[in-house]
Amino acid sequence: MEQPAASEHNTESPTIILGVRTDADFRLRVESLSGEKVMQCYQCGECTAGCPMAFAMDLMPNQVLRMVQLGVSKPVLESSTIWLCAGCETCAARCPRLVSLSKIMDALRQIALSEGKARERNVARFHKIFIDAVARDGRVHEVGMLARYKMAARDLFSDMGLGLRMFLKGKLKLMPDKIKGVDEVRRLIRDTTETPPHPSPKRGGSAAPPPSRRGLGGG
Amino acid sequence: MKYAYFPGCSLHSTAKEYDCSTKAVCETIGVELEEIPDWNCCGASSAHSLSHKLSLALPARNLGIAEKMGLDVAVPCAACYNRMRAAEQELRGNTSERESINKILSAPFEGGISVKTLPEIIGAPDLAESIRENVKKPLSQLKAACYYGCLLVRPPKVMGFDDAEDPRSLDNIVSAIGVETVNWPYKVECCGASFALTKPSIVVKLTYDILRYAKAAGANCIVCACPLCQANLDTRQKDVEAKYGEKFNLPIFYFTELLALAMDLPVEDCLKRHMVATDEVLRAPITVGSGENADKR
Repeated sequence: MEQPAASEHNTESPTIILGVRTDADFRLRVESLSGEKVMQCYQCGECTAGCPMAFAMDLMPNQVLRMVQLGVSKPVLESSTIWLCAGCETCAARCPRLVSLSKIMDALRQIALSEGKARERNVARFHKIFIDAVARDGRVHEVGMLARYKMAARDLFSDMGLGLRMFLKGKLKLMPDKIKGVDEVRRLIRDTTETPPHPSPKRGGSAAPPPSRRGLGGG
Repeated sequence: MKYAYFPGCSLHSTAKEYDCSTKAVCETIGVELEEIPDWNCCGASSAHSLSHKLSLALPARNLGIAEKMGLDVAVPCAACYNRMRAAEQELRGNTSERESINKILSAPFEGGISVKTLPEIIGAPDLAESIRENVKKPLSQLKAACYYGCLLVRPPKVMGFDDAEDPRSLDNIVSAIGVETVNWPYKVECCGASFALTKPSIVVKLTYDILRYAKAAGANCIVCACPLCQANLDTRQKDVEAKYGEKFNLPIFYFTELLALAMDLPVEDCLKRHMVATDEVLRAPITVGSGENADKR
């Protein structure tokens, strides 16, 4: 499916649209990271209409897409919206122009993270801690991950009651399962994490220490 | 019929009851499950937020091991299914990505096997007979809102399973064991589970909407196929009731638990782990055409 005649932007220097600084490279970067053609979107608003998280967002999903089309990067990368997207794929399933906004949101999160602009720091931190947990054992040990998240977010007491109820129901497993192939999993994580965590101290050399030692957790 | 079984992290902890009931039911109806040895986490919602390639690489290791076993993969967790299936599809079509990931894997994935979700496997027409034969106690006391959530059926092109807007697979499965199902508008809405920790107030709102539409449609329980949905709707129900001042008391079942109950398999240990008690609704007398629907809104 080729995108319609929208010519490539020829802007080498930033353009000003209605007083907003724009950056044509932004769209190209989003397209290359997401594999989606953002100029396909004709702004019908279906994505926003069906988005279960829209009520909590600062930019509506179709506005995010419009800004990417125009190269308006700053408000997008600094929005809460890109972190509040639940990845539920409702927009992608319903888009009449076959654009996967879910994939575009992924790309925007990756760019925001690489530029240290993650507005919803706890959400970004959670994703990082989750992958750290995978690197640690090969599987996610929920209790350990939860505790590390709560420490990092300095939010030890909310959900204590819930945690206790779950514990009493035998829903929480106390000891982690470490898989035998954990080194292979660490290698997969190390070699495919294109976006270095921010701020990014030097990557470990050989047998990859669990990435939990670095990155957002300390922020 | 034999599958490589991928339980995923939740089924080893918060969703143990999904694991136990799945194994019990599959054994009874003749679906053999062999757990993928040394499987790893699929990366869930976090991997694709950080790196697209990571979201392919983590499932690829499991797919490679399953391919070595020579078996298609059976995945009960809707979230794992989504990630495993998306990786399978993309890696099969994208040779360069596949080759670059395969370099790291001790068991490479070449696209020789495919990933299926449990409702697809259990709901297959050729198992209908086997399910019918094994039903000992039809669950006609239940009136269920089947809840598919987001990741089981979306995006439809990738998942290739059921209807993305009006899925029926769970409805059909539980109908076969005597459960009445309701028609309701929230069956594919997202419950926001990936924000359970980071944005609880959002999750409580989304969960509230799902619970109240299920109730308004006259359901006395919700049936699901996702450990994240189940955990959210079950464990947060008390918070929802407190915040919105509305009582729901809706047990949240895995569809496999209901199958196991109808087949009279031992699942008491599963049910004990639910936050919203299940005994009342399971004991409830058969009420024909109860007028619950109309006045609840």
